[in-house]
Amino acid sequence: MKYAYYPGCSLEVNSAAYDISVRAVAQLLSIELQEIDDWNCCGATEYFSQDELTACAVIARNLALVDDKVEQLIAPCAACFLNLKKTDKLMSDSAEMNGRVNTCLAAGGLSYRPGRVLVRHLLDVIHGDIGEAAVRDKVVRPLTGLRVAPYYGCQWVRPMSDVDNPEYPMKMDDLFTWLGAEVVDYPVKAHCCGGHMTQISEPQAFELIRRLLQSAVDARADMILCMCPMCQLNLDAYQGRVNGHFGAEFKLPIIFFTQLLGIAFGIAPEQLGFGKEIVAALPVIKAWLGRAAAAVA
Amino acid sequence: MIDTAERAHSSSFLREVIRETPGGERIIHCLQCGSCGGSCPNGPDMQYTPRTLFAMINSNKRTEVLSSNTMWCCVSCYLCTTRCPQSIPITDIMYCLKRLAIREGLAKDSDAPALAKTFTGLLDRYGRSFELGLASRFYLFNKPLALLRMGPLGLSMFTRGRMSLVPKKIKGIEQLQAIIKKARQVGGAS
Repeated sequence: MKYAYYPGCSLEVNSAAYDISVRAVAQLLSIELQEIDDWNCCGATEYFSQDELTACAVIARNLALVDDKVEQLIAPCAACFLNLKKTDKLMSDSAEMNGRVNTCLAAGGLSYRPGRVLVRHLLDVIHGDIGEAAVRDKVVRPLTGLRVAPYYGCQWVRPMSDVDNPEYPMKMDDLFTWLGAEVVDYPVKAHCCGGHMTQISEPQAFELIRRLLQSAVDARADMILCMCPMCQLNLDAYQGRVNGHFGAEFKLPIIFFTQLLGIAFGIAPEQLGFGKEIVAALPVIKAWLGRAAAAVA
Repeated sequence: MIDTAERAHSSSFLREVIRETPGGERIIHCLQCGSCGGSCPNGPDMQYTPRTLFAMINSNKRTEVLSSNTMWCCVSCYLCTTRCPQSIPITDIMYCLKRLAIREGLAKDSDAPALAKTFTGLLDRYGRSFELGLASRFYLFNKPLALLRMGPLGLSMFTRGRMSLVPKKIKGIEQLQAIIKKARQVGGAS
C-alpha cells in the first residue's frame, strides 16, 4: 500500500539513521513511501508555545500537500506524528479553527479538509497492517539471545492514546518478540526523555535521562530501541555528559527500532545507518552475532 | 457549593484561559486531586504544580501565574493529561499559559521562550529546522559559556554526519511565509 511520507527535519540530518532504516525496512515490507513534496518543519513544541494558529497553519500546509490519491501518512518522528495528528483533530473538532486554518492556507493557494489524511506511525503500520505472520515470514536472522529495552517516549502514546496503551505500550514489545529477541520489562518505557530540556536546563534533563539508562541497565538490556529522534538524541548524544554529571559509566547503545528490525530481516548494517550513533552499537551487534553463530555451531 | 458558571464569572483570568485553550472549559472541573503534579517528570522543579496553578487561575491571580516557572518546566509529555480523572487538557493549558506569558512580557527564569523564538525564527526563514543555526544563535545570545561545553558534542555529531553546516530552504518558502503572515493577521499575534 502507498503512504505519504513525512520524514521531518530530524530525519534529514541528525537522525538520518532513522530515515535510512525506515526506507530500507519499508521497501522490504512492500510499504510504499511517497515523500511529501517540499514539506516544511512541523514546529515541534516551539510554535504551540507562541502562537496556536500559526502552529496549526504551518503544520496543515504539509497535510494539504499530500497527494490527492493517498489517504494515509507515515511520520516516524513522534513529535511530527503528534503535531500532524493534533492539528487534524483541532480542525475536525472546531469549525472555527478549521475556517481560520483554511483562511491561512488559502493565502498560499492551498486547502485541507480535516479527516482527509489519516496520520500513522510506522510502528503501528507494521504491527497492525503488516502483522505478526508477515513479519515472522521475513525474519532471516532471528534476534535470539539479544536483550532489548523498547523505549516509546511520550508523544506517540499520548495524548492520542488510540494507538497503544498510553502508560505501558506493547506494540514494540510484540514486534521484537516476533523477531525472537528477549524483550526486557522496561517500566520507564513511556517516560519522558526531557525533550528540549537538554538545551534549557541540563540538570533537569540529565536526571530524566539517567533514570531511563539505569532502568535499562538494571534489566540487563544490551541496548535501548527508540522510535523518536528526540529520545535517541538525548539518550545517545548526551550519555557522555550524563556520565560526567553523575560520575556514572553508562555505555549503552541507543538505536532506532527500524535499525534492529532491518538486521533481523537480513539487511546489511551499512544499509541501516549504523555508525552514526555516538555510543557505538555495532560492536554489541557483532558480539551477539558471534555468540549466535557459536550457539549454532 | 459555588456554581461553576458563577466561578467563571468571578475570574476574568479563568475566562481568558478557557477562551484561549481548545477544550479549556474542562478546567472548571478540577478536583484538586494532584495527579498532575505527582505525574509530572519536572513537578519537583515547578514553583506551583498544575493543581495549585488552577486554583490560582480560579482566584484571578493572573500576574503570579504568568510570571511563574511552572509552564516552562512542561516539556509536553502529556502524562498529566492522560491521567487527569476530569479530562482536563493540562498540557494544552500549559501551552496557553506560555503564549500569554510571552505576550504579556512576564516569561522569565527560563531560556525556553528564547529557544522557542529562535527555533520558529529559523522555520519562518527557511521552512526547515537548522540545528547548527539554532544551537549557535540560542547559546550565543542566551548562555554563551555553555557554547564551550557543547563544542565537543557538536563536533562528534558533525563527524558522524549528524549536523549540517548550511540551512536547507524549501522551494515554497514564499508560500509558507504568506501562510504565516496571514495566520498572524487572523490570529492577531505579533
